Amino acid sequence: MKLEMRGLTRRFGSFTANDHIDLTIEPGEIHCLLGENGAGKSTLMNMLYGLLEPTEGEILVDGEPADFDTPGDAIAAGIGMVHQHFMLVPVFTVAENVMLGREQTRGLGILDRGKAAELVRELSTRYKLAVDPTALVENLPVGVQQRVEIIKALANEAKVLILDEPTAVLTPQEIDELMDIMRALKKQGTSIVFITHKLREVKAVGDKITVIRRGKVVGTASPDAPEAELAEMMVGRAVNLTVGKEPPKVGKPVLEVNGVTVVDDRGTTVVRDVSFDARGGEVLGIAGVQGNGQTELIKSLLGIIRPDAGKVLLEGQDISRHGPKDSLEAGIGYIPEDRAHDGYVSSFSVRENLVLDLYRRNDFSRGAALKLDAIEKNAKARIEEFDIRTENMNSSLASLSGGNQQKVVVAREFSRPLKVLIASQPTRGVDVGSIEFIHKRIIEERDRGTAVIIVSTELDEIYALSDRIAVMYDGRIVGTVTPDIPREQIGLLMAGAHDGHETQAHETQGGAA
Amino acid sequence: MSTTATATAAPETQPTRIRERSDVHRQIRLVVTFAIATALCIFFALAVDDPNVRYILGERVTKEFQPKDLNGSWVAWLAVAVSAVALVLAAVNRFPRGAAGVVLGVLVGLMFYLGFLMWVYADQGEGFTAAITNPIPGTIRIATPLVLGALAGVLCERAGVINIAIEGQFLAGAFFAAIAASLAFQPYTGLLGGILAGVGIAALLGVFALRYQVNQVVLGVVLVALASGLTSFLLGQIPGDPDVKQYFNEPPTLPQLRIPGLADIPVVGAALFDQTVLVYLMYLSVALVTFLLYQTRWGLRVRSVGEHPKAADTVGIKVNRTRWQAVLLGGVFAGLGGAYYTVGSTGAFDRDVSAGTGFIALAAVIMGRWHPLGATAAAVFFGFMLNLQTQISFVDKLPSELLGAVPYLATIIAVAGFVGRVRPPAADGEPYVKS
Ligand SMILES: Nc1ncnc2c1ncn2[C@@H]1O[C@H](COP(=O)(O)OP(=O)(O)OP(=O)(O)O)[C@@H](O)[C@H]1O
Ligand SMILES: [Mg+2]
Repeated sequence: MKLEMRGLTRRFGSFTANDHIDLTIEPGEIHCLLGENGAGKSTLMNMLYGLLEPTEGEILVDGEPADFDTPGDAIAAGIGMVHQHFMLVPVFTVAENVMLGREQTRGLGILDRGKAAELVRELSTRYKLAVDPTALVENLPVGVQQRVEIIKALANEAKVLILDEPTAVLTPQEIDELMDIMRALKKQGTSIVFITHKLREVKAVGDKITVIRRGKVVGTASPDAPEAELAEMMVGRAVNLTVGKEPPKVGKPVLEVNGVTVVDDRGTTVVRDVSFDARGGEVLGIAGVQGNGQTELIKSLLGIIRPDAGKVLLEGQDISRHGPKDSLEAGIGYIPEDRAHDGYVSSFSVRENLVLDLYRRNDFSRGAALKLDAIEKNAKARIEEFDIRTENMNSSLASLSGGNQQKVVVAREFSRPLKVLIASQPTRGVDVGSIEFIHKRIIEERDRGTAVIIVSTELDEIYALSDRIAVMYDGRIVGTVTPDIPREQIGLLMAGAHDGHETQAHETQGGAA
Repeated sequence: MSTTATATAAPETQPTRIRERSDVHRQIRLVVTFAIATALCIFFALAVDDPNVRYILGERVTKEFQPKDLNGSWVAWLAVAVSAVALVLAAVNRFPRGAAGVVLGVLVGLMFYLGFLMWVYADQGEGFTAAITNPIPGTIRIATPLVLGALAGVLCERAGVINIAIEGQFLAGAFFAAIAASLAFQPYTGLLGGILAGVGIAALLGVFALRYQVNQVVLGVVLVALASGLTSFLLGQIPGDPDVKQYFNEPPTLPQLRIPGLADIPVVGAALFDQTVLVYLMYLSVALVTFLLYQTRWGLRVRSVGEHPKAADTVGIKVNRTRWQAVLLGGVFAGLGGAYYTVGSTGAFDRDVSAGTGFIALAAVIMGRWHPLGATAAAVFFGFMLNLQTQISFVDKLPSELLGAVPYLATIIAVAGFVGRVRPPAADGEPYVKS
């Protein structure tokens, strides 16, 4: 199926998100879309999928004009989409989510859950995307939810598959699997539109690259082009792809974690007896495959969930009984893994979200009254500094592109004095230009003497930032290493290939203390 | 019980195991509940001076059901014993889980109820003495409209439309059931009239909530006021002349239909299976709504638009159309519930016949956690309380109005999280607009 977009334009009020975009997707090609945060990639794809109505322009399917008023029309035409923001019903099981809209029934509209689960199981083994069809989606970590989204799209057997940043939360292995899947689909004649910020992926699977900047197509490139060139095309300036940093000036331990154990609602121990120190002036990276207890560990450090055993000491003071408010006020900065859930209020404006955990400070309020001028000034400065692409500071967060939402969260957490910065996937969904900037800010924060903890499933990011790397597997820290060890060794630790007695961990931790 | 014993004994063999917090909370809840129950039961038992209490297994004295005597003191102390046993089990965290736990919990509730009755009915002194009667027939009757209304609420809210207007649907249903039955001189047409009226109010709810996106809470309150005003007004327009009036507001009522066999079960049989067709329709409705919501394609779609309409939209489900269907189907049940107040019981329509029970049905929706079976259980419980209120009003022990507040009190406690997590459908009350 050949898909053409001609002069596709979309305006939100006075703001033009897509400006006369022409794009052709040939049958059986993997067409990559590159562009900064807010360039208009998701908007374009949402028009293609019938979720947004184009202001101008037309869509042609095999040369015939097509009118996609609803996603139903697009699905009927053979278009499938994995959305940047998950479109999953949290209280449904995986199988129910996959079957929704095209339910397996026993006739008379009676659901056949067994058959649906069977299909999920089959797809999940065929494509090596491990999911349990009977699990409730709300209990799954984001990485697994992403797999569910992909399975959902695969189940539809679409002729054109749109993948809007599917790799942002996947582990390196999963990304490799996904790229294999894409190649296999391409062989079957499926065309794929692939949106990502990771240039390595574009080069690995892309056939054609189109770059969008500020709503306009600025050019096409071949996947052989060097990364620096692609980055420059996207951002419009030269981008430094490696982080420049001095050796750390390591200070005293600021955050001491002693024997923290967390049992989840279902009674499974998800964090087992974890102990480590985060020291001032140093970046501690926590590596590990998604779902090995990192999420729960970080939440227990913040007091979002209370550890069932163990202590968290901030500068010698026990904060393990604190709630998140006390922890934040004690000087912990937090960039959550699931920004939509823990990071912002989507119906609030950018201006309000930028002071979401700061408004109690004297700078922004006097008694019960907010100092609106100060809040406005703050918003202006942050938007400028972090290059947040928004119509104005009063737009709701829901109207921002994914990467720009992330920047709002990051900007807010960097705007107060910190003792500890805990950042989970700090650059999730952020474009190369902004990654450069955020990484620079993290290193600056470190050099100011803050203890920084970075949780990332992305080894590149861990290597680029960390001065020390702790690897988590099955709720435990199975080793603490320095970033000069080879990737393979960390990969082994992440896969759980250790002797179970944390020998290496004890050595390095002992040496460090 | 043996399974629980082994399950809880496990920590001793695994010293590192840490007790889940939810388990601790459960224990605290149980201990507090049973401690209060035990304390009250002791009070009831101690307060009984003249232990002579009379009871009837039927609803009233008949040839078949003659009053019998009972030693109230004895029963009251038995209630103390049962709740004390439960308290001890909870205190040492050996209170059974699953079905056994439910059975034991219900048993404690039942004994508490009996202890309470002993206290209320003992010491009535000389002369006329009221006897304890079988509460089940009354409970079923009162619960019938509550259950139907709650099912309507569950359907709407599961689809993401808040329905405060159940009371309005009751009133309209009651009025038009009376009219339809009077006009046709037979009660079954009344059911049809009730259904049409219920669906009519549902359609108003749909138009304003789904098409014009009016705030649904405000809208619901307005619809109740509208239905109340409109039915009162129309009632006033019916001439008092008996020759004319009989065509409008003198409906025949639904006859009792005895289901042979089932109705002969002692104590509960007649209460459950010697009822009007409306009661049987209520039983069927509970099963139907539960089946529809959880076992069918339509139900899955309804629940998806109530939880995450955008996700539903992206898989090609028509969000507003699905919501319309659920709201209108809800109208059928609420209208039937309304019909109870005229053709299902007393006959003629009177202004505000439903007397606020639509709000109790709404409370049952919340207390039942938006699940048809939960809502039914809550509605039956509330029906039981309202019935008890009527029953003990014959004895001057306690202001019976106090019991009328129980449904609301129970709902507040439930919503406050005492019975576990109470969470409405995520998109409840949120209109879905596409950009
Ligand atoms: N509903 C809306 N109302 C107003 N503005 C919107 C709306 N949706 C998107 N926009 C704006 O359109 C622009 C393009 O957003 P889009 O989501 O397409 O970006 P993107 O290229 O996908 O970026 P990212 O890589 O961060 O996901 C953004 O500036 C955003 O603020
Ligand atoms: Mg996007």
